[in-house]
Amino acid sequence: MIATLAGLALATLGVGFVIVAGLGVIRLPDAFQRMHAATKAGTLGAALVLLGACLVLGTGSAWLTGALTILVLLLTLPLGAQMLGRAAYMSGSPLRGLGGRDALAGILRREPDPLTPREPLPPTERPDAARPDPADRPAV
Amino acid sequence: MMAGWVPLAGGALAAALLVPLALAGYRMVTGPSYADRFIALDMLTGVAIAFAAAIAVATGQAAFLDVGLGLALINFVATCAFARFLERKARR
Repeated sequence: MIATLAGLALATLGVGFVIVAGLGVIRLPDAFQRMHAATKAGTLGAALVLLGACLVLGTGSAWLTGALTILVLLLTLPLGAQMLGRAAYMSGSPLRGLGGRDALAGILRREPDPLTPREPLPPTERPDAARPDPADRPAV
Repeated sequence: MMAGWVPLAGGALAAALLVPLALAGYRMVTGPSYADRFIALDMLTGVAIAFAAAIAVATGQAAFLDVGLGLALINFVATCAFARFLERKARR
């Protein structure tokens, strides 16, 4: 009974953290601040919901799976966030609200403009431009 | 005691998780750059793991926690693949 109540309280707290993470992903101005909200608050919220579910279910297999999931989350999400942040920096995401100078300038290659799916490909990478036009081909 | 309000509470938690799901989905659809979309996708997987746990509370079936474990394992590989893709695209 106590475990059920404590588990539901933890799960509710975790859902609150995940909602805060969702708000941060929507409202923060650039990709790095969005990542700050999504990875930290999102991971904490998901881990709390998992812990609460384990407390409510209470069986040994539930504890095993839940603990393993939390371990995997805590081990892999920092790595994934680091790789994604490096990729976001290299792809030229804007750094809004940066306090000092850009500490990574000159260390990592960086695109001048952020990569968006809407931008057209440069002419050399356009698939139909790579092939020569059939009309220019010499007659056999 | 267990049969009465605990499934309801689990269902309410799952319903509340629809809010961050919608917020991250909005950012994934409209996020201006590739990086924003990948970050939102990463967050969506975290929401899905929490969702699996909430459904496990709602139904009392511990098997739904296995879904969360599988999602957590796949999430890392997917994030690494997206990050490498973005770096290679930036280096063109």
